[in-house]
Amino acid sequence: MKEIKDLNLPDEIRYSKDHEWAKVDGDIVRVGISDYAQDALGDIVFVELPEVGAVFKAGEEFGTLESVKAVSELYLPVGGEIVAVNMELEDSPELINDNPYTGWIIEVKPGDIGEFDQLLDRHAYLELLKAE
Amino acid sequence: MRYLPHTDADIKTMFKAIGVKDFEELFRTVPEHCRYSGTMNLPEPKTEWELNDHMSAIRSLMTVTPDHTVLIGAGRYQHHIPSTIPAVMSRSEFLTAYTPYQPEMAQGTLQGLFEYQTLTARLLGVDVANASMYDGASALAEALLMGIRISRKKKRVAVSTAIHPHYRAVVDTYFRPTEFEVVELPCGENGRTDLSSLKGRDDLAAVALQSPNFFGVVEDLEAAAAAIHDIDGLCVACFSEPLAFGLLKSPGACGADIVCGEGQSLGIAPSFGGPGLGMFGCRQQFVRNMPGRLVGETTDLDGKRGYVLTLSTREQHIRREKATSNICSNQGICTLTAAMYMASLGGTGLRKLARLNYDKAEYLRQGLQDTGAACSFSAPTFNEFVVEFGDDFGPARKRLLEQGIVAGLELRKFYPGFENRYLFCVTETASKETLDRVIREVKK
Amino acid sequence: MNIGPGRSGLIMDEPLLWEKGRAGRNGMSIPESDVPSAAIDGRLCGAGPDFPDLSEIDVVRHYTRLSLWNFGVDTGMYPLGSCTMKYNPKINEKHAGAPEIAAAHPMLDDEYCQGTLKIIYDLQNYLAEITGLDAVSVQPAAGAHGELAGMLIFEAYHQSRGRKRTKILMPDTAHGTNPASAALCGYTPVPIKSGARGILEVGQIRDLMDEETAGIMVTNPNTLGLFEENIREIADIVHAKGGLVYGDGANMNAVMGIADMKKCGVDVLHLNLHKTFSTPHGGGGPGAGPVCVTEELARFLPSPRVEFDGTAYRLEKERPESVGRMHCFHGNFGVLVKALCYILTMGAENLKKVSQRAVLNASYIKQRLKGHLHLAYDRPCMHEAVFSDRKQQEFKVTTLDIAKRLMDCGYHPPTIYFPLVVPGAIMIEPTESECLEDLDTFIDVVKQIVREAETEPELLKRAPTRFKVKRLDETAAARRPCLCG
Repeated sequence: MKEIKDLNLPDEIRYSKDHEWAKVDGDIVRVGISDYAQDALGDIVFVELPEVGAVFKAGEEFGTLESVKAVSELYLPVGGEIVAVNMELEDSPELINDNPYTGWIIEVKPGDIGEFDQLLDRHAYLELLKAE
Repeated sequence: MRYLPHTDADIKTMFKAIGVKDFEELFRTVPEHCRYSGTMNLPEPKTEWELNDHMSAIRSLMTVTPDHTVLIGAGRYQHHIPSTIPAVMSRSEFLTAYTPYQPEMAQGTLQGLFEYQTLTARLLGVDVANASMYDGASALAEALLMGIRISRKKKRVAVSTAIHPHYRAVVDTYFRPTEFEVVELPCGENGRTDLSSLKGRDDLAAVALQSPNFFGVVEDLEAAAAAIHDIDGLCVACFSEPLAFGLLKSPGACGADIVCGEGQSLGIAPSFGGPGLGMFGCRQQFVRNMPGRLVGETTDLDGKRGYVLTLSTREQHIRREKATSNICSNQGICTLTAAMYMASLGGTGLRKLARLNYDKAEYLRQGLQDTGAACSFSAPTFNEFVVEFGDDFGPARKRLLEQGIVAGLELRKFYPGFENRYLFCVTETASKETLDRVIREVKK
Repeated sequence: MNIGPGRSGLIMDEPLLWEKGRAGRNGMSIPESDVPSAAIDGRLCGAGPDFPDLSEIDVVRHYTRLSLWNFGVDTGMYPLGSCTMKYNPKINEKHAGAPEIAAAHPMLDDEYCQGTLKIIYDLQNYLAEITGLDAVSVQPAAGAHGELAGMLIFEAYHQSRGRKRTKILMPDTAHGTNPASAALCGYTPVPIKSGARGILEVGQIRDLMDEETAGIMVTNPNTLGLFEENIREIADIVHAKGGLVYGDGANMNAVMGIADMKKCGVDVLHLNLHKTFSTPHGGGGPGAGPVCVTEELARFLPSPRVEFDGTAYRLEKERPESVGRMHCFHGNFGVLVKALCYILTMGAENLKKVSQRAVLNASYIKQRLKGHLHLAYDRPCMHEAVFSDRKQQEFKVTTLDIAKRLMDCGYHPPTIYFPLVVPGAIMIEPTESECLEDLDTFIDVVKQIVREAETEPELLKRAPTRFKVKRLDETAAARRPCLCG
């Protein structure tokens, strides 16, 4: 496991308490998991993706990540409609381990962008990790 | 006691090391009110000699013995088992090993299971087969639950009444506490499942047929699969006699999505109904919805080929209440046995043996028909078939039993209205002479 | 290290079945046909599967070589926690495979199979006597199948009282099969955290048990190897709210003749004949998981069971309230024969000795290793002791490394990373079969490995090196599954 100081946690994105990250890009929000989450899960072997067009509330489960010996649920940081899923992950789930920020998982069209503003910034997320 | 190596001196040494004075102190965390009072009321311990006598006396109570020819299948088949199979499969390296959780020291079991999965997939015509379920009946129940999972929204499945009655009973057991419903499809005059009621039923997640079915009748699986796919359901094909696929088109080739059934015929003795193994396969796209263990190929640190249990995240030890099934074990040694049997037969042998079963069954069927008995169903059969006799069959059946032949299974116990109908099974183990004797006695 | 029995020898390579053989060979005698060839509808026929054709010696050598890459109880010590890898007596195999038993057809009328019915009947009675419960069905084919039978009985019981319940209490030390079996019956597991002593505390149950809750599933002794001392009080609370107590009997090997499951307050219990009653595990099965219940619940048991009227044995008539059939026939009958032989060989006196010595062996290992490996709960243990890799963390050595190094020394490793409540768990269950000298050698080997973890951690990281393959890439196997050759 990485030490907290070794984690790659970019400044320009937001984080959820469930260790997802979210990044605004025009009128959509791109979502993935944080470096902490990919490190804790280990080698990811399978990503269960939602269908494009599905609608979830913030905090709802939208998919799962599997490592060899664990399953971890994915929770949507910002509610809305799924407008894109990263199909490359179907054949290459390791993209998330290689770089969890280029290895995005879904794009969502938010219902309420105000939810994004309630997510944690880098500093607050670091505090959360230290507390855990 | 020969299984318990501790001497009194050993026990004393160990008490001392642990820091207790006796066994009582070792069990001090078991409260008094939970204690077993007195001694368990069991027979006195037996020496190996006494056990042999005792078991021999129990065996002598069997009035149908290995010397009998049992012309009954109905889910359990008497086939010849080559002596190589018990000789090799009783090797304790296979028999006394646990589930292969430490793959480096269980490559024998693992490669054996991988080969089983592959031969089974080829036999059933599916993309992938698991490392086995408990038996054919529970495999069918699990297949139907899997169908519900795949459909996501639907809550109903259908099963043919021509499926083994015990299989259907197990399906009912598994479904009873759920919110899902099982409906039955009737059997037509020709012995095949009547699919006419399927039209327009868009509420069925899966539809199950057995082929050859309980009456031995070969279903028209291709037509069935097409009709089931038309209503956007999954076609589940089950079986109790896998040897049939040496001759018949495989269920997968006919379009079945999930194929499951009993593998006892493949080198395993009837043994009063168990153990055998549940064979289970499906299309590649459904593999993550599949229950049961799976073995996969990989490489070691040096790049050498090896085998491991894989896709475990489907299973209960990881996903717990969200697992695809609660199943933990498989049928282990029976699975390896089935693979060894398939390997011993080979493609050529399997075809020959299946053909022999078919020819012998046809011989008896024709012979009985010639005596005036009526074949109940017109559709083709494999090594089982149903015959309807007059009221005088009872005495003939009794005479045959005295000559060491069990002539058929009475069906009225399973299907009300099937008075005087009997289900016969003929395998390669029945000689022409025996079959002729049956025909002769029926003629009398 | 040459303390343990592990050395290396010649390893034979052996390809996959279909990488061998030539079309036209055969490995099995098939009789010539003595009947005319019958007509067949060609549209029903297929080409037959693509199986390799092998000769008899090809097949025999193939499987003999495969067996040499395996390790069983007969090979060496197999202290796999929660699995009870005891010695599997050979005489039991002989009786299970006897011709009259092997040939017995399950669809014959009762009068023709009095012997096989008697075997089931006697075993039903003996298992009831051993557990202290009243009625038994031997149909479940494995432990998890027995659990499912038990949960079906819970469901049927609550239905019979006109109240469907939705939840079930589930300690966090439970095997994964427990929540999975409960979920099949529509119950939502409510997790209970183990108390500081590693056992369930009465207060927790009092807080959680309500009239929406069907009952509780308790493994006793639990998977930390500790006896649930509060079981009776817990059962009283559950019963007072109309619930039932399920006992997972996976660890029954610790308490035969010592604890009475009915007096513990258990209503339904399954046994693993392949653990406690010495039947071999067969590399994953077949097992058997009979389910035992109190008199009150007997009417719900899977059917059919075997009855005796004083002169003859017979399958009981249908019971309207039964949960139904669990297996096509009578479960894994061959396994039942072996378990019966074991009980007949042991008798009451030796079965109690089995439990005493199983606990003695585990306590001895616990005592002698506790300074070397971190002991999760330093309390009197039953049949197994749970350690962890906490002391080795500073050397970056993990439980997995210790396990793999043990293999090179000639041991099957203990159960690892279970129960989940102990991070890096190492769960050791020696069983009663191991003698003192062998325990001492094992203990010396573990101590040596603990030293190596400090001084030569690479030795552990590299292990195992003495087998046909080295550490296998499980990630690659799961990412791009190759399940079929």
